[in-house]
Amino acid sequence: MGRYVARRLLQMIPVFIGSTFLIFAMMYALPGDPVRALMGDQSFDPAILAAKRHELGLDLPLWQQYVNYLTGLLQGDFGTEIGSGRPIADIIADAFPVTIRLTLFAFTFMVIVGIGLGVVAGLKPNSIRDRGLLGLTLVLISMPSFVLGYLMQYVFAFQLGWITPTVQDSENMGDLLLPAIVLGSLSLAYVARLTRTSMAENLRADYMRTAVAKGLPRRRIVGVHLMRNSLVPVVTFLGTDIGNLMTGAIVTEGIFNVQGVGDAVYEALFRREGATVVGIASLIVLVYLLCSLLVDLLYAVLDPRIRYA
Amino acid sequence: MRGAKSAKWVAGAIVVALAATACGGSDGGKNEGKGNASGKPAGYVSIDVGEPQKPLIPADTNESLGSYVIQSLFTQLLDFDADGNIVYTNAESVETKDSKTWTVKLKPGWKFHNGEAVTAQSYVDAWNWYANIKNQQQNSFWYADIAGYADVHPAKGEPKADKMSGLKVVDETTFTIELTEKVPYFNYKLGYATWAPLPKAFYADPKAFGTKPIGNGPYKFEKWDRKKLIQVSAFDGYQGPNKAKNKGILFKNYATVEAAYQDLVSGNLDIIRQVGPTDLPKYKQDLGDGAIEQPYAAVQSLVPAFYSKSFKDIDPKVLQGLSMAIDRDTITKTVLNNTRSPATSFTPPQVKGNQDLGTDVFTYNPEKAKKLIQEGGGVPENKFTIQYNADGGHKEWVTAVCESIRKATGVDCVGDAKPDFATDLESRDNDQVKGMYRGGWVADYPVNVNFLKELYHSNAESNNGRFKDAEVDALMAKADKANSLEESVKGYQEVEKKILEKMPAIPLWYYRINGGHGKNVDNVAVDFHGDLELTGVTVK
Amino acid sequence: MPDKTAAPEATEAAAKTATTTVTTAPDAVLSANAPKPEKARSLWSDAWRDLRGNPLFLISSALILLLLVISAFPGLFTSASPRDADLANHYLQPPNWGHLFAPDWFGYDGQGRSIYARVIYGARASILVGVGVTLLVTIVGTIVGMLAGYFGGLTDSLLSRITDIFMGIPFMLGALVVLTSFANRAIWVVILALVFLGWTTIARVARGAVVTIKQADYVVAAKALGGSTTRILLKHILPNALAPIIVVATIALGGYIAAEATLSYLGVGLADPTVSWGVDVSSGREQLRNAPFVLIVPSVMVSITVLAFLMFGDAVRNALDPKMR
Repeated sequence: MGRYVARRLLQMIPVFIGSTFLIFAMMYALPGDPVRALMGDQSFDPAILAAKRHELGLDLPLWQQYVNYLTGLLQGDFGTEIGSGRPIADIIADAFPVTIRLTLFAFTFMVIVGIGLGVVAGLKPNSIRDRGLLGLTLVLISMPSFVLGYLMQYVFAFQLGWITPTVQDSENMGDLLLPAIVLGSLSLAYVARLTRTSMAENLRADYMRTAVAKGLPRRRIVGVHLMRNSLVPVVTFLGTDIGNLMTGAIVTEGIFNVQGVGDAVYEALFRREGATVVGIASLIVLVYLLCSLLVDLLYAVLDPRIRYA
Repeated sequence: MRGAKSAKWVAGAIVVALAATACGGSDGGKNEGKGNASGKPAGYVSIDVGEPQKPLIPADTNESLGSYVIQSLFTQLLDFDADGNIVYTNAESVETKDSKTWTVKLKPGWKFHNGEAVTAQSYVDAWNWYANIKNQQQNSFWYADIAGYADVHPAKGEPKADKMSGLKVVDETTFTIELTEKVPYFNYKLGYATWAPLPKAFYADPKAFGTKPIGNGPYKFEKWDRKKLIQVSAFDGYQGPNKAKNKGILFKNYATVEAAYQDLVSGNLDIIRQVGPTDLPKYKQDLGDGAIEQPYAAVQSLVPAFYSKSFKDIDPKVLQGLSMAIDRDTITKTVLNNTRSPATSFTPPQVKGNQDLGTDVFTYNPEKAKKLIQEGGGVPENKFTIQYNADGGHKEWVTAVCESIRKATGVDCVGDAKPDFATDLESRDNDQVKGMYRGGWVADYPVNVNFLKELYHSNAESNNGRFKDAEVDALMAKADKANSLEESVKGYQEVEKKILEKMPAIPLWYYRINGGHGKNVDNVAVDFHGDLELTGVTVK
Repeated sequence: MPDKTAAPEATEAAAKTATTTVTTAPDAVLSANAPKPEKARSLWSDAWRDLRGNPLFLISSALILLLLVISAFPGLFTSASPRDADLANHYLQPPNWGHLFAPDWFGYDGQGRSIYARVIYGARASILVGVGVTLLVTIVGTIVGMLAGYFGGLTDSLLSRITDIFMGIPFMLGALVVLTSFANRAIWVVILALVFLGWTTIARVARGAVVTIKQADYVVAAKALGGSTTRILLKHILPNALAPIIVVATIALGGYIAAEATLSYLGVGLADPTVSWGVDVSSGREQLRNAPFVLIVPSVMVSITVLAFLMFGDAVRNALDPKMR
């Protein structure tokens, strides 16, 4: 067990370095220069530009910049932003909690509602409520989040006037309700479908027949035997989806004016603040990797047939 | 079962770790949040001004957000009224006999926010520091007129001196500025925010100063809650004419103008600088008396890249024709929601020297447009592009202008969107514009030269269309040699007439500010370059 | 590196990509428990029989066919041009729902252009991106997955790690960065960018399928008989691994269309003069308060198209996955 975890953690290192390097390289390849961008369309002195680029090490070759960046990162230094001179760690500390809150909110919503709907449908496959639910999830999946976001904004804010169209306070859970629903709805549909399919399949499994034959109470059959086995694929999905939720927030945060990671990345990208983009991306990659590990470990918990040596 | 159990344990550990980071983070966020959610102090005025891009040092800021804050904290020698006339603030007088040597007399008794006296030395030291290449100040080129600039700011290598020879302190409140050449409108340049003085405390740690500036302006710095707000309070010791009529300002950051607008309507924000396109059609209804609509000194134009395939050696007649193919009236009324007014010259009406050019080049006239383009030999391949940055809200009007031209003349025109401003600028710097680009200019000082020399002189830094014309350069040189401002302004009026024949750009429209204020405040005025005069705002 | 420590590695396949796939992967991988070649043929014919009777399949096919015709011959459906603007007369003119197929059916946008013409001409971009990305992703993913799964060992470790790396990059973020670097974003640029970030899902599914298939008797036999590697891969392994790959690919198609719309909406996808629904939604948001139809009409078109491909994919999956019958 310990060895398995250790090995997985070791495997993560090249993946982490690879992913961050790719993003770093892509940022490096972007046209447009962060220092030049600061000057705006007013006049400026090219000598200053050169001096500043040199000071920031932006004139070094790509690999050297990356090594410098990684060395800093290993010492816990995310670097400083070129424009504001602020430590990027501060920027991350401002933005991450907001997005994590939004993501967790969306995540909870999709887990509860998604699994709930899936169970309701899966227990009676091919019934009317099953068909209806499948149709509903299809519609949800077919709406890109910006469509759903504007739709909700239009209906609930402009037509009904129940809420303000955008979030006024990113720390207020009530304000975050609508963005969280929009953010979570796509995954919610997947969760519901996955749960439903997996439940429907397992209903026919031998162990279910055994359990029924043993005369176990229905609640125990569904709650323990069926659920435990049916949740394996759902858990896989949930684990790998957290990272997606966090980047999907770029769109949702934009529509609802939530000042989280998406907002920060979007702005940094357009100002060519490479270190900010890479720093935030690295953290998302890390969250993604840890969640995949977590999922694999949960397998062992959920499925007794799986052992990690 | 051992495997499963320890798997449970490790899984649990990761969950706890993740949860811990999440909670840790949100706790931090909450504490900060409470600090500023508690509402603004009584008598303060809030306005939507986002996070400045750079540290708050006068000579290192030229974007509008940072400038707002800088202008509240610092006062220069002089300022301008709404008509563009000089109003002396920190200076008693700025005088010259020959447009080359200028004598500045300061008002006595002025203090920085930390109590230090504002003296001639405060100015001279600050300007020397700003101009020094080692300090990499973005606005350092503003000091290039001063004798000795080349020593502190050589084109290459280390500076030879740390003081400009042209700056001499005469006594506590007097200093002289010697320029390398005559600049009849030099005193107008001094109104730009970059010419502010610095206290001694600055030099000890410029970096820390940039996050906690000490100025000599109407407001003193209180706090900067990153990405949320900057708070400044009225400075009791201020002696200028623009002393604050309120207790302080909160510069609040919003991710979108729509969010700011909603806060304004619901009373959580006092002033909005510009209403977003979504709310423009209805803002006058929503705000009533609070709606602000006023033109200011800025021009938007299309600038042909004279090195591009489309416009190399183009006959100016073609450009005049294209200009006449643009239905400025309809576009400003529909697509632009009245946020601009059609241009009738190369300079906005608020600057000295703006004139009636007596031409129909800016009037929509499809027939004449077609005729002129034909006479001039047409646009190569009968098509061209307009480059713009997609992140600046320009797409709609570029599309409309293109369609107007296409419909009127049959010359095909498409937008060439660069994803962001950085890419747009790089393409302009490197002479990679394929047709025209979107040009915009806001007055630094309200004199016509600012809109002509900086944009169309052969060697001007911002002349990205690479317009080169010996006649125009010669006229500018002549106007610069004038002994008085009036003469110089007249000289530049001649330049403008010449430019109309050469068409280095197609002026489109002048800007208007479409902002508003809530019911809690009053007396919100707009200055010549479109900034709101915060000092005059009163709280009800 | 050891692969089969646990099932998860294969099942992990699913997730990822901002959008789709996931539903299928776990069953898809299982379903690859290779039937013999003769049986494989009957798998396809069975599937066809199954599809013909499925109303979901019929409806979605009809819709997709219509969309294909629209994107191929938009001129058949409207006489108006998507570019012609008449600001003076048609600025934000509201829809005239009774005027079926007329230029003013869905009203006019903020440039005075017919929204009906815009959505008709916008279909092409969406369809091209969806189909193009799916084809390329399938090809790249299948090749990588087959090589990794068949050769195992170092090749597998290396390819799997590369797959992991690409999978680790957050999809939206990656696409934003990649596309920002292109000044002129034609359709093929958007397609390549989505392929660059999206091939991993198929690679994992293909690898999982191949790992199981290569242990099948007929493959072992073919190897023993001295069949060349290329021949074994193409003749024996590919046909049997295809089912799960097709399932994942068809369902992903809708997702790519949604992704293109989202990127265009964010301002880094397609650009003028290409007509695209995403671009139109993006410009429509400014009118949300006073002329919501400008935003709603193209949004609905995106949704209908994605829905059609999703239903199609769903039906195909049901047909190809014996366990679902």
